[in-house]
Amino acid sequence: MTVISHHIGETLIAAHVAGQLPHVFSVVVAAHISVCDECRARAEAAEALGGALIEGIRPATLSVAARDRVMAALDDDAPEPAPIPRSGIFPAPVMQAMGGKPPHWRMLGGGVRQQILAADREGSLRLLYIPPGLAVPEHGHRGLELTMVLQGSFSDSEGRFAAGDVEVAGGELDHQPIAGPDGPCICLAATDAPLRFHALLPRLLQPLFRI
Amino acid sequence: MRILPMSLECPLVDPVGLADAPLHAGLLPVLSDRAAAGHGAPMEQERGVQETVSEQTLWLLAVRDQRDRQAFARLFDHFAPRIKAMLLRGGLRDGMAEDVVQDVMLAVWRKADQFDPHRAPASAWIYRIARNRQIDLARRRPAPLPEVLDEPPETEPDAAQILALEQETTRLKAALQALSPEQTRTIEQAFLEELTHSEISQQTGLPLGTIKSRIRLGLDRLRKELADLKRE
Repeated sequence: MTVISHHIGETLIAAHVAGQLPHVFSVVVAAHISVCDECRARAEAAEALGGALIEGIRPATLSVAARDRVMAALDDDAPEPAPIPRSGIFPAPVMQAMGGKPPHWRMLGGGVRQQILAADREGSLRLLYIPPGLAVPEHGHRGLELTMVLQGSFSDSEGRFAAGDVEVAGGELDHQPIAGPDGPCICLAATDAPLRFHALLPRLLQPLFRI
Repeated sequence: MRILPMSLECPLVDPVGLADAPLHAGLLPVLSDRAAAGHGAPMEQERGVQETVSEQTLWLLAVRDQRDRQAFARLFDHFAPRIKAMLLRGGLRDGMAEDVVQDVMLAVWRKADQFDPHRAPASAWIYRIARNRQIDLARRRPAPLPEVLDEPPETEPDAAQILALEQETTRLKAALQALSPEQTRTIEQAFLEELTHSEISQQTGLPLGTIKSRIRLGLDRLRKELADLKRE
């Protein structure tokens, strides 16, 4: 099985758990956690912090009716809707972003293909297909960029990234990823969010962005 | 060695809680014996650190394994008012918060088979469900969820592992308590309140034991991070 050598930092994981990441970045984090036990452990540690905070919160008053309704509903065996499962190289959160359908590629020229999965003011999420040895097209990142390799590999000044690895890049990282010779590289890229973090988070993010 | 104030301790399991969880009652003597014999629990001499699994986790196990309604009612009474408080602080109106709390607690009942006390205390597992529901609502689309980890079938509960995780969580609480009110406020804001939403802006082959020990490592790092914050 793949050995993950490029992970997502604790802070980004904690921000994901706490609901502080825009949707498109959370898709990449959830996809990576799906294949990376180390980052799953980081997420579960952050959830423990959330649990500790919930234990310490001053409880609100809840109506008796709410309790009665829940207790009465325990017999309704309405199952939780089953999540869309993983398919091939696409982890479940990516399949969810793809609407459960196989990729629908657009040709960008030179054999490069892409599918935009989401694009709004908070950022964009896309699948990229790069033939072996070709450069990943410049998709512009003024802000944070998370790129997860789903198949094959790419290399840039930061190293070699293989299936499961995530490259976390800040705005000023000037990198020109080249797909490895080992077959087409398929990756998931979330880009371009004007991120706003709480005071704690920027401090922890400094090493990440080298600011 | 820090002595935790009483208010920080996870409630110890009471005999009534034991009676409600007949299958897991067997877990508890094991835990006490191990602690007494010095096995598994590294901090057993530390005063104020719990020596048994929290009653919330035992309730959730009784729900998972016996579909125990009384245990669920206790979970509800403990967590529902806290989840509602989180939702209110996140900006939901009272009526809406009540609806969402019911959703969340029903999801707790229905998803209980996914609960693994080796990897999460009950509070962490329920936080995840509640926070994700809150994210769904704020963004008006489902929060991306990682795939559920496939467990090896029916592994024996490892009492020492469960207890060690809960003790690490208790120490994390103590680290939180040591922060200044402003620092606590910042963390609470990030984890319990504001959410980003669109308007504003397999298996890796590692044995499961590895992920379990890494969760504790992660908790330990978080605790140190909090301790560093305090020093600033």
